[in-house]
Amino acid sequence: MKKVLLATAVFGGTVLALEITGAGSTFVYPIMSKWAYEYNKETGHKVNYQSIGSGGGIRQAINRTVDFGATDGPLTPEEVEKNKLLQFPVVIGADVITYNVPEIGKTVLNLDQKAVCDIYMGKITKWNDPYLQQLNPNVKLPDRPIVVVHRSDGSGTTWIFTNWLSKVCPEWKEKVGYGTSVKWPTGVGAKGNEGVTNYVKRSQGGIGYVEYIYAKQNNLPVARIKNREGNFVEPSVRTIQEAAKHAKWDKSKHFYEVLTDQPGKDAYPIAGSTFILIPKDQPERAKKANVFFKWVFEKGDKYAQELQYIPMPENVKKLVLEYWKEHGVAP
Amino acid sequence: MSRKTLRKLFSNFMLFVSFLTAAYGIFWLFWILGSLFINGFKYLSPELVYLDPTPAGQEGGGLRPAFVGHLIITSLATIIGVPMGIMAGIYFAEYGRNSKFFMTLRQITDIMVSTPSILMGAVVYAVLVKPVGHFNGFSGAVALALLMLPVIAITTDEMLKLVPKEMREAAYALGAYKWQVIKNVVMRAAKVGIMTGVILGVARIAGETAPLLFTSFNNNVLTFDLKDPMASLTVTMFNYVMGPYHYWHQQAWAAAFILTMGVLLLSIIARVLLHRNLLEPIFYIVRSITGKKGG
Amino acid sequence: MENVAEVQKSIREIKTRGEFLERFLKLSLGFWALFAGLLFPILAGAILLYEARLAIEKFGFIHFLTYTNWDPVQEDFGAATMIFGTVVSTILSMLLAAPVAIGIAIFITELAPNWFKPIVSTAVELLAAIPSIIYGLWGFFILTPIMATKVEPWLQDKLGDVPLIGKLFQGAPTGVDVLTTSLVLSIMIIPFMAAVVRDAFNMVPPIMKESAYGLGATKWEVIRQVVIPYTASGIAGGLILSAGRALGETMAVTFLAGNNPQIPKSLLEPFTTITVALANQFTEADTDVYLSALYYAGLLLYLVSLTMLGIAKFMVLRLEKRWKV
Repeated sequence: MKKVLLATAVFGGTVLALEITGAGSTFVYPIMSKWAYEYNKETGHKVNYQSIGSGGGIRQAINRTVDFGATDGPLTPEEVEKNKLLQFPVVIGADVITYNVPEIGKTVLNLDQKAVCDIYMGKITKWNDPYLQQLNPNVKLPDRPIVVVHRSDGSGTTWIFTNWLSKVCPEWKEKVGYGTSVKWPTGVGAKGNEGVTNYVKRSQGGIGYVEYIYAKQNNLPVARIKNREGNFVEPSVRTIQEAAKHAKWDKSKHFYEVLTDQPGKDAYPIAGSTFILIPKDQPERAKKANVFFKWVFEKGDKYAQELQYIPMPENVKKLVLEYWKEHGVAP
Repeated sequence: MSRKTLRKLFSNFMLFVSFLTAAYGIFWLFWILGSLFINGFKYLSPELVYLDPTPAGQEGGGLRPAFVGHLIITSLATIIGVPMGIMAGIYFAEYGRNSKFFMTLRQITDIMVSTPSILMGAVVYAVLVKPVGHFNGFSGAVALALLMLPVIAITTDEMLKLVPKEMREAAYALGAYKWQVIKNVVMRAAKVGIMTGVILGVARIAGETAPLLFTSFNNNVLTFDLKDPMASLTVTMFNYVMGPYHYWHQQAWAAAFILTMGVLLLSIIARVLLHRNLLEPIFYIVRSITGKKGG
Repeated sequence: MENVAEVQKSIREIKTRGEFLERFLKLSLGFWALFAGLLFPILAGAILLYEARLAIEKFGFIHFLTYTNWDPVQEDFGAATMIFGTVVSTILSMLLAAPVAIGIAIFITELAPNWFKPIVSTAVELLAAIPSIIYGLWGFFILTPIMATKVEPWLQDKLGDVPLIGKLFQGAPTGVDVLTTSLVLSIMIIPFMAAVVRDAFNMVPPIMKESAYGLGATKWEVIRQVVIPYTASGIAGGLILSAGRALGETMAVTFLAGNNPQIPKSLLEPFTTITVALANQFTEADTDVYLSALYYAGLLLYLVSLTMLGIAKFMVLRLEKRWKV
């Protein structure tokens, strides 16, 4: 009996190995690739996730060229149903404002809504602009041009960032709006969170918005952003959790939820969640993907926390499992 | 100073300027190859080839899926593209020389050599990816094969044209059919040249990235299945260079070094073959047939 | 008597078999020639056209060419910015490459001693053999920082205040911009141009040059007043050929252009080209119109590319016809 079990463990894993393909958000890529790696180590199943941006994830999911798509800009319930998809959140993270100014090194700057808005509108062009200086009286800001970096591809990270900007900056809302791709008034475009981090890292005076772990993994400083209550909040697991505290995850609305500019004195203002899109009309594929995501919900929390992401709260996980059952895609 | 000396001086000056331009070109070559050598060699390690990639941000790992995928796609593309190209080239050289129509086609083929490679990817996407529903390694191979086709056709045509017509006439005089002439005489003589063309074609497609971006796409996991998306060295390099992680950059340099050395080696082999061996046997044979002395 | 009949029969069999193979061979070879030279180019264009039809219907021709707004969110696409980027980077790279390529051709044909010629030729050909992504990688890692920290600030310093030209050097020197891209593109096309010009130079009948020398002309005068005028169409052909190649460059430009969907107002600003847009946005064009607009831009690129390469070929052929006895 032991021999049979052993043989099954050795060969069963390889013979019955699932191959799951996914694509999309670069926001979630570090934790997604970690999950895929650990999942493969534990079960032998292969998950091929390509980090091409949420725009790509949505496209691939709609075209059914992948088993699941990942996007940080959620689809509205209408869009979900129009495309015969199902949507659920898998992890929570945050857009941080990171920068690389040689003269100030790792000093943490305070930035408020107007500052970020004006920088990205191209109105504030130098680091030692008086407005920035008065926000940071104890820092000697240099006379250096600001190199604005944004995304060149369709991005959920952009969706979260511009969604926040639209909420806190009327001029941005009017002139640019929010979405996975916007008409940037200024700046250099880079591909993926990876590209933005890379550009900022290599630039002298660059500023960019990236998912938290990218800045951390690359030793880039992260700004404190003024939130709704008027406090300058540093992004951290705690402040991001605060932002998610009041979220209403409604499975009848396909979990559409936005976490930017949330109330709470310690809430980090530019938080967001990554959503998974699976095909409702291809239940076999959806179930296959959900085998992986069930593992993620059961065993993936600790990896998420190591990478400074916030796992979904237990009650939301339960709702997702119910949601799967209701739509016939439970693994 | 007399006018003559002035003119001479000016002439020498301009020739010196032309020397500078040559030096300018060689300067870039040496800088690029030098950087590749220094940075790539530094990060070379055997793990690159037999380890799979690690999760984003975790140091270590290798490029096994990319190496294997690249080999598979390039080999398949060669298997598909070379026969098509050689057949087209044979026709241009042996049958089409008197036909204005086919000579125009040959010129068009030559033009196709330089078309933007990314467009081939777009074309193959519409035909082999969209209808199938997912990216697949096979479509990548087809895209590369289509890029290879004109290159092989033109080089085959050129090489066959080099075979002196005396050889063909001698064979016809013996009563051979055209296909026998082509198979047993002309192709044999141009064998080396045609192989050169194939090597150059392989070198060309081995370095391509754009056509693979949306055909074979990419894969973090090793696969031999052409129905699946497949990793390639070039696309992986593209992703890694654009990423922020230092170890990604190192691996990209190492991969770039290996790829470039491979491509340059192929190009040099082709050049050597072309200039030494090709001409010798042909001249020898011509000499012995026609009984001429000397060269 | 029977032996003769048998032999005659087998000869006939061999003959018919031979003829059959003849025809079969001609047809199969001919098909591939037809494919390579006619069917394939047309098919490729047709597929591009078919995929672009949605965008063509929606945006028309003039509008698509002149409208600068490329808006995936509103599904409103005008390709003017990427067309501008393609054109500008191509022209600039040609300007940077042409004198060098001609200089190299002069050097190879006139100046270099015979033992040195193949070395220079090989070096230039190796430049051509280096894959485009390597140029991109090298450019991005090695050249861009130097441009950003040393070259561009210096240029800005020296030329930034000069009345007209100064405008070209405004903007934050990031290193990923029109200037760097055109520079690297020019290096990439030098080998092609140099090869065509060198071949053109080699076609000048020695007697023309010798007559000029006989009249006492210096080497440079021969080049300038005999060789270049007579190979003018070949040089022009080489120029247009390289432009055709530069148009279609993807990987090097993707790394170095900065991907800004706006028309650059200075050499130091980031920009985008058709090939870059395709490379970056193809896999994530999330609506049919979006993908179709990309195909439309690709179709335009295809047509322009073929036309330019065709013109170049024509000019080079004209030169060949003139001088081939």
